[in-house]
Order: sequence, then structure tokens, then C-alpha cells
Amino acid sequence: MKYLVYAALLAIAIAAPFLFPDYRTSLAALWILIIVALTWDMTGGQMGYNSLGNIFFYGTGMYVAAVICIALVYDVGEYTNAFSGEEQTFTSEQYFTGMLVGCLGAGVFCALSALVIGFLTFGLRGPYFAIGTLGVAIAAGELVSNWEWIGGGQGIALPVYPGDFEAGKDFFYFLFLVTGVALILLLGWLYRTRFGLAINAIRDDEEKAEGMGIKTLSIKLFTWSIAAFFVGIAGGISAFQLIHFEPLETAYQTINLGIFMVVCVLLGGKGTLWGPVIGAILFHLFKEVTWNYFLGWQWVALGALIVVTVVFFQQGLLGWLMDKKPEWFGIRVESREAAK
Amino acid sequence: MEQIWGNIELLIDYPMVNLQIILDGLMIGSVFALAAYGLALVWGVMNVKNLAQGEFVIGGGYVAWYLTGLGAHPLLGVPAAFVTMALLGGAVHGTVIQRNVAANARAAGALAVIAGVCFVVGLYLAQTGPGQEPDTLGLVLKIGGATALFALFVAAGGTYGLIISRVIERDLFTSLLATFGLAIMMAQIMNLLFGSDTQNIKLPYETVQLLEGDPIGVGAPMGKLIGVILAAILAIGVVFFMRSTRMGQAIRATAQDARAARVLGINTEKVYAFTFSLNSAICGAAGAIIVMVWVIQPFFGITHSIRAFVIVTAAGLGNLPGVIGAGLGLGALEQYGSHVFGIGYQQAIAVLLLLFVLAIRLAVQRRKRQVLK
Repeated sequence: MKYLVYAALLAIAIAAPFLFPDYRTSLAALWILIIVALTWDMTGGQMGYNSLGNIFFYGTGMYVAAVICIALVYDVGEYTNAFSGEEQTFTSEQYFTGMLVGCLGAGVFCALSALVIGFLTFGLRGPYFAIGTLGVAIAAGELVSNWEWIGGGQGIALPVYPGDFEAGKDFFYFLFLVTGVALILLLGWLYRTRFGLAINAIRDDEEKAEGMGIKTLSIKLFTWSIAAFFVGIAGGISAFQLIHFEPLETAYQTINLGIFMVVCVLLGGKGTLWGPVIGAILFHLFKEVTWNYFLGWQWVALGALIVVTVVFFQQGLLGWLMDKKPEWFGIRVESREAAK
Repeated sequence: MEQIWGNIELLIDYPMVNLQIILDGLMIGSVFALAAYGLALVWGVMNVKNLAQGEFVIGGGYVAWYLTGLGAHPLLGVPAAFVTMALLGGAVHGTVIQRNVAANARAAGALAVIAGVCFVVGLYLAQTGPGQEPDTLGLVLKIGGATALFALFVAAGGTYGLIISRVIERDLFTSLLATFGLAIMMAQIMNLLFGSDTQNIKLPYETVQLLEGDPIGVGAPMGKLIGVILAAILAIGVVFFMRSTRMGQAIRATAQDARAARVLGINTEKVYAFTFSLNSAICGAAGAIIVMVWVIQPFFGITHSIRAFVIVTAAGLGNLPGVIGAGLGLGALEQYGSHVFGIGYQQAIAVLLLLFVLAIRLAVQRRKRQVLK
């Protein structure tokens, strides 16, 4: 029964771009949201470390993927400095090799940088961790926008998809889909293992967990670097999908995607596997509606949504359902009172 | 890279430039210290980490800028912003801050009705005003804008009352994220009302030349000096208030131990409400000074919030001399940084200083941490 539902969901996800061909770009954006929300929940929901700076890995993934792809063929400094008149072409072989190596390289680079940043910031607790990681993301955006070698504030323009334009949309959708499904499978397995229990123990009481012999720092670092790996890959793919990106609004978009992922998780229910996915779908609907019909006021609506979610509905949809209908989730509730 | 070395050489060759940079930095830093003190107050008393601090500052700046646009004297902006933010914040908090949903909803509804009536009356007056003069459209815009401004602050204050009363003493991330959402909302509302251009007020004063005859010369713009003096007056006033008045003592008692204060008969709800409106008033006045000595823009708020966090994290809560020192230091460091690395790095420097302060804090705590190995 359970596997039937999963198979049906997968079938819907695969069929979606063919059923709604006009919405392929929007559906790809939904997969980005799902990926970043799931990875945010790994540290935020399951481990109790609320990072506001996961967007750092998205932006860094974009830049690393782009730089690797360009560096395989041209000199990066010359490429980003070139005037528009100069011809800079990529053969389709160069394009796909660059994309594969670039996205994987982006994932690895982000995982490594998560180890470094995590080592420096995981000693911070509560709000200091959130503000510290937010600081990392903002600082990275500002520094990159002043770094002329990789295009400065202008950003980088990548080659366009070599094949048919319409086929390109399907191609990117399925890249995101594969990444997202791989992430869901990995997390579904990981949360069942001892490792999953260990990160929950860190959330519930870190000192006690350490007292029980859990190596908290290395577990925190490992968790965050898995998260960073996937966000980096997602960033790399979206760099190729967007073709042109610039540092402050697209790559290190602290108040856009950086805060969206948190809202998605809170909407769906943090600390659950499917909560972030449901939250991402709900939030994506909200975003599409407000961005299309309340232009100019969409940020006000977004701020209001954050405030209402955080203040009044922090358990999220799944958390609320678990509270009301525990039997749906296989949780048995004794009607008798516990010992007095 | 060469440019950076060139800039550093310039500093060494002409010591007077250093003096100018430090002077500018201290003048800006005195205003940073004000907003940081407000943050320390709210953080220490209510345990609310207000990420919308910068938006309050910018909001105060726009009050002053708007009044000057209507023809008021620039210096009137500071007390006007202070009073506007305090009155609105105070009135709203007095009526709205209660941990009682029904009362909150009633008060918010009443405020919404008042704001709506003000808006309609404003529009009506504007239309039936000095009838056929060519400036009718301008008048409509002005009065409509003024009532909209009023409605905005009432609405923002009402939301604050609704929200803040709910996040006091809640877990730390809640208040952080809630005020972050609020910051996004306020920044966008200001953007819609005033446009995204940078604004400032030109003061009709000249620059005072210190050390005349020196080829470089050190200038202290009169406007900035006035800003520093206003900031100092405000700081002294707040310190006097906290030390000597009954309410100030109640605030300090609540910060030390809210439960004990309640037992001893202090109305902590009132203290929270008052503290919050005091904070918004201080921020508003700081913003009114910033609009005279620098520029404001709807989206500059987040950097001001981060500066306030840098200062408070470096100085610690409830340490006013520390906050002032850290504020002045931050101002000077930022000016130095933007001189050496270029103006494009100014925001980055503020943020990197935050990371630096956090790293130091972490190192200090690691040394204190006692675990068996």
C-alpha cells in the first residue's frame, strides 16, 4: 500500500512536465524548493540548528559549477571580461562534460566548505548560530559581487542548452527530479538508522547526547555537509538552467530562497520527512499566486505569511495532523492516564 | 591589490587622512550605538532578538524626511521621529500588548478602524481643500501620504503588539524569524510608499575646518557634528531615565528577574510594552539623525540590524559604555575598511566584523568550557 502511494507520486512527478508543458520552468523551481527545504530540515528540524545561511551553498554551487565548466575550455578571467562581440562557443560535448563535472564539483566543494564553516560556527548556539550563518551568506554575496575575476556584480553568462530549447526545459526538470528523488530516498533511509537517532538526540539535548558518547561535532559536520552537497548540486544545475546569473539577486539571494526554505519547512512541519515536501508545494502555490496577482505587494504577503506561520502555526501541517490524528501516523495513544 | 596598497600608503604618508577617517567614523558610529542600545534593551528585558531593528531606524528616517518635504525645519525631524514612534508605539502597545487573543483582536480592529477613518478624512479634506488651485494634486498626495504614513505606523505597531506579545519568552529562533518576516514586510511597505531611491536631508550648514592651513585639512561637517550632539543628548537622556525614574528601575528589575519583579508588584506586561516603544523611539530618532548625516533607502535596514547585532554581541547586554565604545569602534573600522578596500565593500565589512566578533566569542567560550576528555 505504502509503496503503491510512493510509486503513484513518482509517476505524477514524471508525468507532470508532459501534462502541463507550459509550467515546466515553474515545476523545476518547485523541485529546487523541495531540495533546499529537505536539506534545511536536516539541520533545522532534525538536528535543532536553525541555519539562515544555507543559501550560501546554493550561490557557491552556482559559481563553482559555472567556473569549472568555463575553466575546462577557456581562461575564466578572459571569459568574464570579454566584450559581447567576441565569439565564445561551447560544443555540445564540452557543454555536457562541463555540466556534469561542474555540478558534481559544486556539490563536493560545498560539502567541504560546510565542514570548514561548520567547524567555525557549530560552537554557536541558538540565535547566534542563525545570525552567524546569515552573516556568512551575506558576506559571501558582497565579496563575490566585488570579485572581478568571476564577473563581479555583473555575474556570469553561461552557454545556452545546445539542443532544442523546449527539450532543454524537460532536461533541466528531470535533472532536478533525479536529484530530489535521490535526496528523498537517502533521507528516508538515513532517518531510520542510528545516525538519524543521533541527530535527533542532538536536537533534544546536546549535552546529554555528548554525555552518552555521541561525537556531536563530527555528526553535526557530517549532516551539514550532506545538506550542502545537495544544495550545491541544485545550485549548479540552476546556474545552467538560468544561463545568466548575478551574485546578489540570483546566487546569494538571502531574503528570497534563503528564507523561503525555512518557511517551507515550517509550513509543512519540521522534523518530518514529508513535511518539507508538502510545505514546499504549498509555499510554491502561495508564491505563484501572490507573485502573479499581487505584484508589488508580494513581499508584504510573504512577510505576513512568515509571521503568521512562525507565531501561530509553528508545528506545521504535518505536526498539526500528528497532534490531532496520531493514529494516521501509526502512533498509538493510550487512553489511560500515565502513572500519577 | 595594488589599489589597496596604494590606499594604505596614502594613510601612512598623510596622517591627517587618518584623523579625517576616524572623525567621520566616530560621527557615524555614535548613531549606530543608539540603535544597538535599543536592541540591547529589548534583548535584555524581553528576550526578543529584533531583526527588524534596522527597519525601525529607516522608518524614523522617513518620518523626518517626509516632514522636511512638507516644509519643516530639518532638526525638527529628530524629536518628531522620536515622538511619532514613541507615541504610536506606546499607544499601540498600551492597548494591544496583552496575552489575550480576544483583547488583541479588539484593539487591532479598533486601530484599523481609526486608521481607515483618518485615511478617508484625509482624502476628503484634500479634495474639498483650497479647491481649484493648480496644486490640488500635490495636496492630495501630501495629505493622503501623511495619513497613509500614520496608518502604516499604526498598522505596523498593531502587528508588533500582536506578534511581539506572543514571542516574548518563547524560544529564541521564533522571535528571530518572526521579526525577520516583519523586516521584509516593513521594508517593502516603505519601498511602495516612498520609492526605492536613496534619500537624505541637506542641512543648511557649512563644514567646520579644523587645522586650517594644512594642505589636506580636516573637515567636520556641521550637520554631522549636530548629529553627534543629538545622539549624545539622547543617550544621556535614556541613561538618566533608566537610572532615576520609577519606570527605568522597573525595566531594570524585570531584566534581572521577571518573575521576582512580578511578585514584587511590578506590572511586567506594562514594562514590556514600554520597553518596546522606548526602543522604537530610540531607533526612530537614530534614523532621523542618519537621514541628515548619511542616506536612507528602504532596503538598507538589514545592514543596520546587523550592525546593531555586531555591537551588542561585542559589548554584551546591559553594558552601556561597552555599547557606545563598540558603536564608535564599528563606525571607525567601517570607514577605514571602505577607504582601504573601496566603497563597494562597506556592507561586507559590517558583516565580516559580525563573523569576527562571533569567532572571538566562540574562542572565549571554548576556553571556559569544561568537559572531560
